[in-house]
Amino acid sequence: MLKILAAVIRRDLLLAFRQRSDVLNTLFFFVVVVTLVPLGVGPETNLLRTIAPGVVWVAALLAAMLSLARLFASDHADGALEQLLLSPEPLPLLVLGKAAAHWLVTGLPLTLVSVVLSIQFDLAADAALVLAVSLALGTPVLSLIGAVGAALTLGLRGGGVLISLLVLPLYVPVLIIGAGAVEATAAGLDAQGYLLLLAGMLLFAAVLTPWAVAAALRISVE
Amino acid sequence: MPGKTGINWFYYAAPQTFYPLAGRLIPVFAVLAALLAVWGLYIGFFVAPTDHQQGESYRIIFIHVPSAWMSMFLYVTMAFWAGLGLIFNTRLSAMMASAIAPTGALMTFIALWTGALWGRPTWGAYWVWDARLTSELILLFLYIGFMALQAAIDDPRRADKAGAIIALVGVVNVPIIYFSVQWWNTLHQGASVSITRAPTMAKTMLLGMLVMALAFWMYSIAATLARLRPIILERERRSDWARELLGKGT
Repeated sequence: MLKILAAVIRRDLLLAFRQRSDVLNTLFFFVVVVTLVPLGVGPETNLLRTIAPGVVWVAALLAAMLSLARLFASDHADGALEQLLLSPEPLPLLVLGKAAAHWLVTGLPLTLVSVVLSIQFDLAADAALVLAVSLALGTPVLSLIGAVGAALTLGLRGGGVLISLLVLPLYVPVLIIGAGAVEATAAGLDAQGYLLLLAGMLLFAAVLTPWAVAAALRISVE
Repeated sequence: MPGKTGINWFYYAAPQTFYPLAGRLIPVFAVLAALLAVWGLYIGFFVAPTDHQQGESYRIIFIHVPSAWMSMFLYVTMAFWAGLGLIFNTRLSAMMASAIAPTGALMTFIALWTGALWGRPTWGAYWVWDARLTSELILLFLYIGFMALQAAIDDPRRADKAGAIIALVGVVNVPIIYFSVQWWNTLHQGASVSITRAPTMAKTMLLGMLVMALAFWMYSIAATLARLRPIILERERRSDWARELLGKGT
C-alpha cells in the first residue's frame, strides 16, 4: 500500500519538477496577492498586523484553488488517468497520493514562504510560527477538498471558474479556523485548540475525500 | 413487487408513470399552499399581537422563518434524492434533485432578503456577520455551485452523478460550516443579536409561523413537481410514451 502511494507521489513530483514554472507561478501568485493588500489598504502597521492572518489565508485559498485544474487535467489529456482508473490498486489510495503530491508542490512552498511574508505584516514571532503551522495543517485539507472539485469539473468548459464556485464555500471552515489560530495567538491566547481542530479536519478529509474523488473521477471519465 | 400495504411503491419510480401523477398532484399542492398561506398571513397580520420589543417589524418572521427552514430542509432533501439516484441509478431521483435545487436557492434568497429587511429596523443594519446569516449565505453558494455544475455538463447522466457527489459533500460540510461560523462569530463579538434570547413567543405567533411553514412546504412540492415535469419530458423525449404525449399536444 505505502509503496503504491510512494510511487504515485514520486511520479507526480517528477512531473511537477519537469514543469517547474507551473509550481513557481502558483507560489508567485500567492506572494503577489499578499503584497498587493498593503498597497491597497495603506501601510499602517497596526492595521496590517490585524488583517495579516486573513489576508495570508485567503491568498493561500486562492493559490491552492488556481493550481487545482492541474491536478487531473494533464493526466486526463494524455490518457494516464484512464490507466490509473484501470489499475488493480484501490483508486482512493492513488487519489490520496496525487493529493499529497499536489500539496507538496503547492501547500508546502506556501507554508514556507508565509514565514517571510509575515515580516511584511510585522507579525510577532509566535504569531508567524502559528501561521506557518496552521497553513501546514490546513493546506492539505485544501488540496483534498479541491481534488473533489477538480475531479468533478474535469474536461468541462469554464472549468476554472466552476471549480471556484464549488470549492470555495467548502473551504470556509478551514479559513475560519486557520486564520482564527493566528488571531488568537496575536491576542495572547492559546492557539492549541484551533490547531487541533485543523488537524482533526485534516484527518477527516484524508479519510473521506479520496472516496468522493474516486467516484467523481469514474463519473467524469466514463 | 407489492409491499405489505398492497401499494406498489416502485410503480411511480418510473418517469413514465410519475409524469401524469405529478400533473395531478400539482394543483392539489398549489391549492393547499394558497389556502395555508392565506390563513397563515391572516394570523400573522391580524391575529398575532404586536411584539412589545420589536413592534410591527417582527411580523416578517412569518415569511422569514419558514423560508429559512425550507432552505435547509430542501438541501437535505435534494442531497437525499441525489444520493438515492447515485446509489440505485434511478433516473427519477436524480431529476427530482435537479428540480428541487432552484426552489431551495429561492428559499435561501428569500430568507436572506427578509432577514435584511428585518435587520434594518431591529439591529440598525441590513447585514451583520451573524453566524446564522453567514451560514445561510454559504448555503446559497452551495445551491449555486450545485446548479452551476449541472448546467456546465451536457450529458445528463454525468450531470446527475456529478451533482449528487457535490450535494453529498455539501451535506457533510454544512454542519462543519455552521459550527465553525458560529464559533468564529462568538469569538469576535458576543451573541448580541441572538434570536433565542427574545421573550418566549406568543402561541398565536407560533401557530402563524407553523401554518406559514406548511404553506411554504406545499408550495415547494408544487413548484418542484412543476419543474420536474418538463425535465422528465426533456430527458425521455426519445421514448415512445413521451413522443406520443408530445405528438398529441401539437
